[in-house]
Amino acid sequence: MSNDWPLFEVFIRSRAGLEHKHVGSLHAADARMAIEHARDVYTRRQEGVSLWVVRSADITASDPEEADALFEPARDKVYRHPTFYAIPEEVKNL
Amino acid sequence: MSALPAAPPARSAAQSEAHWRYVLRLADTSLVLGQRLAEWIGHAPALEEDLGLANLSLDLIGQARLLLTYAGELEGRGRDEDALAFLRDAPEFANLTLAEQPNGDFACTIGRQWLIDTWQLEIYRGLSASSDTRLAAIAAKALKETRYHYRFSSGWLVRLGDGTQESQLRMQRALDDLWRFTAELFTPDEIDECMGAAGIAPALQQLATPWSARIDADLDAATLRRPAAQPYPWHGKRGVHTEHLGHLLAEMQHLPRAYPGARW
Repeated sequence: MSNDWPLFEVFIRSRAGLEHKHVGSLHAADARMAIEHARDVYTRRQEGVSLWVVRSADITASDPEEADALFEPARDKVYRHPTFYAIPEEVKNL
Repeated sequence: MSALPAAPPARSAAQSEAHWRYVLRLADTSLVLGQRLAEWIGHAPALEEDLGLANLSLDLIGQARLLLTYAGELEGRGRDEDALAFLRDAPEFANLTLAEQPNGDFACTIGRQWLIDTWQLEIYRGLSASSDTRLAAIAAKALKETRYHYRFSSGWLVRLGDGTQESQLRMQRALDDLWRFTAELFTPDEIDECMGAAGIAPALQQLATPWSARIDADLDAATLRRPAAQPYPWHGKRGVHTEHLGHLLAEMQHLPRAYPGARW
């Protein structure tokens, strides 16, 4: 039966002030049921204080085939990391 | 010389008896319904529902443990939660007749759950203002759990009622079948009246109106019919049960009775 239900992705905020993190997915007939299922499946051990669910079909993902084109060009641009730069002696509070 | 402060009125034997029996009724309704829901484990229509029903079950059994422990103390004969749960026979159980009804199909389970959730919402809200502070604390905790149970059951009620032709037919049939047990929910007997007069329990009849309003609103949202009121031949809270309770207890009590004192 659950195969007839759409898939939802679940995000949990573990504590106030932290961001919601993706924890997994589940099947549900609608968004309300998805929240209830997320509560029952993913917060049984006090994992969170807030839940988001979003239909998996509504997420647009990058194509793994394109990973080279998307992410490789950043590899040789190490100067984008702050640690690339030597901090002059005179600068005290950086 | 100033008068001594009046001594608190001695609790009559009748009131003490009513007190522990009242708490026992609440406990047994939670215990029996929790046991019924546990029967779904491994059989629910989806993994997520399996976990959901088990969660409701554990909440209810948790309520039963607190209430049974307290009932045992009020009774004062040294019976703890386990003795009360596992070593009583059906006529000594005081749960609502509705709670012991079999799971049936999923619509039946949802109908039973929704009717008891809406009842417990009113009862626990009233009890959280009880003059009995221990009972008030248990009710306040249980009320939070019950709000979730109600969210779950009313969501399914609407989903099935306002769903397919088949699901609506089954949901309506379940309600038609269970409705005869609802008269017991708000019909007070001498124990309810004694507890109401003592400020320990809310006046049962006054809770019927908000319950009824909520029931009608939910049924409306679910495009279901409210079955006609039926007379009150059921007395589970007085120990007169349908045939189903004995079978439920046989399964629930088998292990502690076959191996007294068994431990994990």
